[in-house]
Amino acid sequence: MSVSTTYRTCPRSGLQFEAQAEKLIKAHAFVAVVWLAIGGILAIGVVLTRWPSIRWLEADTFYMVLTAHGLDMLIFWIIFFEIAVLHFCSSTLLRCRIATPKIAWLGFLLMVIGSVMNNVAVFRGASSVMMTSYVPMMAEPSFYLGIILFAVGALIGCFVFFGTLVVAKREKTYEGSIPLVTFGAMTAAIIAVFTLLSGAIIIIPAWLMSLGLMNVDPLIYRTVWWALGHSSQQINVATHVSVWYLVAAIALGAKPMSERVSRMAFLLYILFLQLASAHHLLADPGVGTAWKVVNTSYFMYAAVLASMLHGLTVPGAMEVAQRQKGYTKGLFEWLRKAPWGNPTFAGVFISIIGFGFLGGITGVMMGTEQLNLIIHNTIYVPGHFHATVVVGTTLTFMALTYYLIPVLFKREMIAPKLALWQIYLFGFSMYFFCLVMMGAGTLGVSRRHWDMAFEGAALAYEWPGAAYLMMGLVGIGGIIAIFGGIAFVYITVGSLLWGKKLDDGKVSSSWTPVPRAAPTATAQSYGSMGFAAPGTFALAMVFLIAFVLYYFINWKYLSTLWGMS
Amino acid sequence: MSAILPPPERLWYKHPIDRVEGTWITIAVIWCLILFFMMVGWHIWGSQNLSTETYRTRPDQFMAKVQEMVDKYTVRKETEDEIPVVAPPAGADVYLLGRLWNFYPILELEKGKTYRLHLTAMDYNHGFSLQPANINIQLVPGFEHVVTVTPNQSGTYGLVCNEFCGIGHHRMVSRMYVK
Repeated sequence: MSVSTTYRTCPRSGLQFEAQAEKLIKAHAFVAVVWLAIGGILAIGVVLTRWPSIRWLEADTFYMVLTAHGLDMLIFWIIFFEIAVLHFCSSTLLRCRIATPKIAWLGFLLMVIGSVMNNVAVFRGASSVMMTSYVPMMAEPSFYLGIILFAVGALIGCFVFFGTLVVAKREKTYEGSIPLVTFGAMTAAIIAVFTLLSGAIIIIPAWLMSLGLMNVDPLIYRTVWWALGHSSQQINVATHVSVWYLVAAIALGAKPMSERVSRMAFLLYILFLQLASAHHLLADPGVGTAWKVVNTSYFMYAAVLASMLHGLTVPGAMEVAQRQKGYTKGLFEWLRKAPWGNPTFAGVFISIIGFGFLGGITGVMMGTEQLNLIIHNTIYVPGHFHATVVVGTTLTFMALTYYLIPVLFKREMIAPKLALWQIYLFGFSMYFFCLVMMGAGTLGVSRRHWDMAFEGAALAYEWPGAAYLMMGLVGIGGIIAIFGGIAFVYITVGSLLWGKKLDDGKVSSSWTPVPRAAPTATAQSYGSMGFAAPGTFALAMVFLIAFVLYYFINWKYLSTLWGMS
Repeated sequence: MSAILPPPERLWYKHPIDRVEGTWITIAVIWCLILFFMMVGWHIWGSQNLSTETYRTRPDQFMAKVQEMVDKYTVRKETEDEIPVVAPPAGADVYLLGRLWNFYPILELEKGKTYRLHLTAMDYNHGFSLQPANINIQLVPGFEHVVTVTPNQSGTYGLVCNEFCGIGHHRMVSRMYVK
């Protein structure tokens, strides 16, 4: 099939962008950053209200702002960016035209309409139901309809991605298997299809319920909703892990240590992540013990295993690449001599460490059937997911954006020094923010709560002073992180507006085939007989010790509780 | 840059595994098994396991049972709203409901005694967050969750709603006494 389009080879990266795909990636990435900016402005309201000595917004405004913050960040910013990543990983990495560009634009349009419709509903004030929108609490019908339209648009984006894989295969733009990064993106897209369909199964009935046409059981809603709510986080994990491999490759020239291990780990995500959503129901009535244990242990731990593997193989691949460059002294010369001045690399490394230590360990802890009793619905939960979603996904996407500004948007980055600062400031303030939030949660402080002093309540409970201190620190950490976010939006949007235009590079009417990776001899040289990444292994041991200690400390804490059976 | 290029081997699943990876996979699998056996083991040897005994219920049905208990065992009333404080005998079935925006009634239990605590929400989802013990249970409308509890420390506990339930959510806080 001959389709008239052009292919631009970027002179700075050697990447080849097909004209339609390039426009689509740009549009999705740009709208994503707009949502990030809106979500970031809303974060100011959330943080300054939960800071006990400030308590800025009134209760009704606070719950409205919190609902919008959750949706705009967790759904709109991330999924818009993810569709951009999908198009990049298919069309750009495989150097082929994008399948059905017109339909892809339709998907984009639906996503824009849906997200705007949903936000309009929230800001009209009658849809402050939080992102989870548990029935029978009801939002306006357009709240649900917005989500449905957005989900249909995202689903179209996923199918365009699959279609593009088919185009590349059929037109033979590459030989052999798809690259690891594309493989990871494919797992993300498969999980996305499952996730969005689960969402349809429950959000459509909720929409009908808001129109007064049917009734939805609250527990069924919670069960199915989490197949959407949790699985959507797994799209993020699969996507940002793919981006980690991508950045390891472009910043250091790193090769995967073993294609087999990395790809099997991605497959584990597809097979096991979805059922892990059961861990959101551990404190619920009506779900059986065996169901909880099977879903959260067998299934979730197979997925945890996958993340533990990626957590080793990404830095391991970086270490091997660095050692080949001659940084072989001791355990950690490779790490000391890593390109810490490159915001893309630094962001990804901060993300890997934070995602593992802060997000991963705590996620397993609170996903344990009995331990969930001391965590459920406390502010520990947002502490955990800010470590996974903000430190893990958002920071990774920020790092990738800095790479894409010259490569995709053809602009010189304004304020590159600030960009480097931004990554460290945002990353480490989020570390701190998550830690103190989890500290407050360990003391029992509730999430989604306007006033921990219980204004107007006759039987108010007095939290310990440490809880107030922790929530004050959450405020400080949050504000610093918001400054980091502002810097990111300034650099990104500023570069697009005022950055020096860079040349397009060679434009051609046909694609050049993707070369095969270097021959297998290099792989064999650090193959099955070596111990190629001792530094990473040492880091992994530190991680394991932290994991084991923290896990058993929480069991100890649990054992002091009231007897329950 | 092979993570963004097709793998050199035709069959990627035959790519060799480094010893670093092999060792880590072994350790990680063992650790995941320990995680699994802890959960199962705690059901056998631990004494903090959330009951799964649940019944379907309706607000009027549940309210009738609450009222019966309140009529029998009320020992005093507290606050301007005259919320009854109920001290049922050890081993009894005790009832507690969450609604917009309070808990009803206030329970007074005895340390070391075991109770069957029936929980539900009357309208929206609510949260049962007992502080400072930090025991957190979801209250879902339409479902009566029977949790067997044995308080192990006396004192005045705070009972906080920690599931968002609307504009009065922050006022939804009560007490539980353990003598």
